[in-house]
Amino acid sequence: MDLSFVILVEMLYAVASLILIGAGLAVVFGMMKVINLAHGEFMMMGGYATITAVNLGVNVFVAMLVIAPLIVGLIGLVVERLVIRHLYGRLVDTMLATWGLSLFFIGMTTMIFGNTTTGISTPIPGFAVGGYQINGYNFFIIVVSVLLLIGILAVLKTTRAGLVARGAMQRADMAASLGYSPDRIYMATFFCGSALSGLAGAVLAPLVGLVPTSGGAYIAKAFITVIAGGPSLVAGLLSSAGFFGIVSQVFTFAISPVIGEVALLVAAVILLRLLPQGITGRFLKGRL
Amino acid sequence: MTGSLSRDVILTILVSAILIWIMPLMIATYTLTVLVIYGMLGLSLGLIWGFGGILCFGQAAFFGLGAYTYAIAAINIGESTVPMILAVLVPAVFAALLGAMMFYGRLTDVYLGVITLVVTLILFKFMNSTAGPQYVIGKARMGGFNGIPGFQTLNVPGDPSAFIWGDAYFYVCAVALAIVFVLVSALLRSSFGRVAVGIRENETRIALMGYDVRARKTALFAVGAAIAGLAGALFANWGEIVTPNLFSLSQSAEIIIWCIVGGLGTRLGPILGAAGLAYLKFLLGQQSMIDNTLIMGLILVLFVLFLPRGIVPALASLWRISFGRRPLGRIHQVRRTRNRERLNG
Repeated sequence: MDLSFVILVEMLYAVASLILIGAGLAVVFGMMKVINLAHGEFMMMGGYATITAVNLGVNVFVAMLVIAPLIVGLIGLVVERLVIRHLYGRLVDTMLATWGLSLFFIGMTTMIFGNTTTGISTPIPGFAVGGYQINGYNFFIIVVSVLLLIGILAVLKTTRAGLVARGAMQRADMAASLGYSPDRIYMATFFCGSALSGLAGAVLAPLVGLVPTSGGAYIAKAFITVIAGGPSLVAGLLSSAGFFGIVSQVFTFAISPVIGEVALLVAAVILLRLLPQGITGRFLKGRL
Repeated sequence: MTGSLSRDVILTILVSAILIWIMPLMIATYTLTVLVIYGMLGLSLGLIWGFGGILCFGQAAFFGLGAYTYAIAAINIGESTVPMILAVLVPAVFAALLGAMMFYGRLTDVYLGVITLVVTLILFKFMNSTAGPQYVIGKARMGGFNGIPGFQTLNVPGDPSAFIWGDAYFYVCAVALAIVFVLVSALLRSSFGRVAVGIRENETRIALMGYDVRARKTALFAVGAAIAGLAGALFANWGEIVTPNLFSLSQSAEIIIWCIVGGLGTRLGPILGAAGLAYLKFLLGQQSMIDNTLIMGLILVLFVLFLPRGIVPALASLWRISFGRRPLGRIHQVRRTRNRERLNG
């Protein structure tokens, strides 16, 4: 009984962290068809922003939920204006340029913070369930990712900005002829996407030792989750994160964590071979 | 057509002979060897990406696979000729299977990128986790993160005690690169190469002409992997150790940067890009002011933004503008004479 509860929590946590990791990339990819390979580095910078703020004496939750997304969002804004703006519609070129940016940010962080591991302790204590110890912070991550999904859905469905964004997503030329500048919309979207990446990196920071190259650990997972999810933002994210999270946790518990990771990747290859348009390209079409 | 191929071969032999003679006077052969090997690796991606239009994010997978195949086979066999052949064949077969899976599923750009990237990651994670004594192939222990050291390095075929190393090894690598270059030139001049370029330009049109696009892409992918595998085996011999880092994402990224900087759609570009950037990295590694990765990233971003065609095509067109015949002037000339004729007539 206790073990099954622990496994359930671990699975929910795996799904939630995949949603968190993928959200920023999904917003940018879904809206602008731009694959941001510097996404992992945006998360890494979110983590560093949090740690720096905490060391300066800011409350850890303020640092995570406010400061890190703002800082990374601003960095994203600069990047969009300087680089990505010139490459819209050239999918492969944006991938290459953002890969270059990712290397640039790794180098930059190494120069500023040094090539050492930094970290902060988790702000929520763990507790025991029967004979097992559960990390209380896992629940925080689950709650954050649920709120995040609801938030994205609410913004897209109910607000005027969301309506305009969805319109530009479907037909940028039509949105432009109705008086909305796609340039502005893309800029704002990229800001939001980067801020989400920063948030994800910040929230996950207490769980990992942060080094300048930690972005690499996230990018493949984020990439897989978003591509396998397909065109719809929330439904795609939810379905692919659910699928991959459960697959990796089943193999982790059955065999070992390394096999769990490998199983996730193999599942991704098979899934993409069977459904090259992503899960929501075939099922749940037209949902958000 | 054969005429221009033989001209190509003669030119390649001449230029490479001069380079093999001159370069060791400027750079130590130990460094030069690895530049040559990277050049071959760059050529392998330059072939499938620049001429076949297949953007592979995981060329490092075949490089690493070649190196590992060589190391494991060399430990088990105790000489180097058969392992060298295996190191070319194993990545080629692996790529043929992977390519068949992808191309017969009609996957293109982004999805191709994701799958090749993921396969590289799987190999990287798997090789990193093979530390225990249960991971053994024949007599070779996989060694996990530490890799496999201490295998038989290259020897004269048939004589396992006559090792090829130092300066001699540089000449072997340089000649190997020249041979691969000639073979690639011949391949591109053959009808197979022309159809491959056609597929890059317009896949549907080539398919409608009756060519089997999927089979041809798979074959080209396998050829690229074979070259990368050879480069991997040569690298294993040079470093005398193979580690999972051969499969790392940064290795894959570097190969792509070489091709972009050198110039896609040329044979020379990726080789020069690889050797040039690897040497730049070597020089930058001797200072600690600015981080190496930062400069590599900056170079990639700047090239994508300002010179997406790469250095070699840009220089070629610059050459044509400055010294070549001027087609524009001739057109004016023709038009002028024609006008005059019309006036007179």
